[in-house]
Amino acid sequence: MATLVLAEHDNRALTPATRSAVAAAMSFGADVHVLVTGADCATAAGAAAGVPGVVKVLQAQASYLADQTAENVAATLLAAVRAGGYSHLVAPAAGLGRAVLPRVAAALDVEQVADVVAIEAPDTFVRPIYAGALLATVQSRDPVKVVTVRPIAFEPVPAAGGTAPIESVPAAADTGLSRVVTRESSRSDRPDLASARVVVAGGRALGSAENFKLLDALAARLGGAVGASRAAVDAGYVGNNLQIGQSGKIVSPDLYVAVGISGAVQHIAGMKDSKVIVAINRDPEAPIFQLADYGLVGDLFEVVPALLAALD
Amino acid sequence: MNVLVALKRVVDAEVSVRPTADGSAVDTANVRMAMNPFDEVALEEAVRWKEHALATEVVVVSCGPSACQDTLRTALAFGADRAVLVQADADLQPLAVAKLLKAVAEREGSGIIVCGKQAIDDDSGQTGQMLAALLGWSQAVAAAKVELGGDGALVTQEIDGGAEVLQLPLPFVLTVDLHLNHPRYPSLPNVLKAKKRPVEVLLPADLGVDVAPRLATVRIAEAPRRRGGGRVADVSELLSKLRDEARVIP
Repeated sequence: MATLVLAEHDNRALTPATRSAVAAAMSFGADVHVLVTGADCATAAGAAAGVPGVVKVLQAQASYLADQTAENVAATLLAAVRAGGYSHLVAPAAGLGRAVLPRVAAALDVEQVADVVAIEAPDTFVRPIYAGALLATVQSRDPVKVVTVRPIAFEPVPAAGGTAPIESVPAAADTGLSRVVTRESSRSDRPDLASARVVVAGGRALGSAENFKLLDALAARLGGAVGASRAAVDAGYVGNNLQIGQSGKIVSPDLYVAVGISGAVQHIAGMKDSKVIVAINRDPEAPIFQLADYGLVGDLFEVVPALLAALD
Repeated sequence: MNVLVALKRVVDAEVSVRPTADGSAVDTANVRMAMNPFDEVALEEAVRWKEHALATEVVVVSCGPSACQDTLRTALAFGADRAVLVQADADLQPLAVAKLLKAVAEREGSGIIVCGKQAIDDDSGQTGQMLAALLGWSQAVAAAKVELGGDGALVTQEIDGGAEVLQLPLPFVLTVDLHLNHPRYPSLPNVLKAKKRPVEVLLPADLGVDVAPRLATVRIAEAPRRRGGGRVADVSELLSKLRDEARVIP
């Protein structure tokens, strides 16, 4: 039986996280199908058809799928799973998948396996627990395995090179449940935090929203994205969507620069898989230094401007 | 409006846990336990609704061993009206908990169910959504702001690169993020009073729910530790290391 991947897309392209989910799905050794839902998603379905390794694309369109509400996407995904007889259902452990897959798992009366970082066998998965301090290996006894996979743990398959057929499938009826009133995206020309090659993250020591502009400048100079610890978010310096950690984003850039972040376990859970970690902190005993490849003890308000000057 | 708040008793966030010697489970013997911090935020939100006359009754429910009564009494001290324990000593996985919560919600006639967006022990983040699906209700996950009205709620949830506002018709399930509010500290008189208040105890069988786990734990291991600790003296040493040794900047 085949594996079905739920695509995250913006009506034009698949997210890189979806291509990570396809990579994970291919490891089950069966055919991989991708479901693309939306109101006007033909271009995204075309993009999915171009992903090497994808055998078939299912495209479900309806006006009420435009906003991709969890209830309506789950209903359509459930219908596709029932019609197609899939053994595995996979989505990236990100916004859409986290909202939708548990609903589908419950409707199928199976347990979901969330945030998978390694696949040992088609029924055996490794997932972090306790803020990533421990790794649990679990074996599913359910007839359908429903899993969300952590994108940073699976190298995404390429975006182009494949030629899968696209099949239209019916959208499930409108559930009439939640409705999107407004959706604001603060799109910038900067790379997305989740997939940025460089992340510059700040903590409470930044002291104000104004001071975070220092990090904006450094991130811009390094071609990276800005992130934050929960302490900085709670203090109101930046929005929640920049939070890195157990309850925020999980990132693994090539370079992670932690500025004025002490290194609580909840924060470390979100960045410890970064390739190279730099820590800048005034407190030489800060736990972040135990993790950092390059620790620099100093006042961030001197070090960051000096870094900017040296990079120019 | 009856509001049901689901609470999980977890290992305290400050405790670092280890696998048992045989690697078959997480060693939770003799460690400090606490209410899941996300659920504490859910409870605070529900109690505020009651205080603003947007809810008539706040019922708290926990599924787990009898020690969960401590968590429930903390919730009573917070301002919850009644407490229900679904007592089970076995490993309860999210699907089983969602089924138990559904049964309790139907028994209570709840119109809103609130819980944390994840528990800090298993970090699954799925029970609320499973519950919403079993009931056929609307859901919002990781709510950062909630405006409760007569026929539903406007809920702000964080999405990648921004925020969206959802209109949720009643009834609904809400999972909350830590940023939603700052939970209160219960007063000492309320803590003392809560010790004497009753907690209703039910068994999964009373609710007709099979709680057999669907996932078998193969092993629990410590995550590989990162070896850090390297130091640089100044900015120029840092940049030369990043260029020549790590090669992560041009």
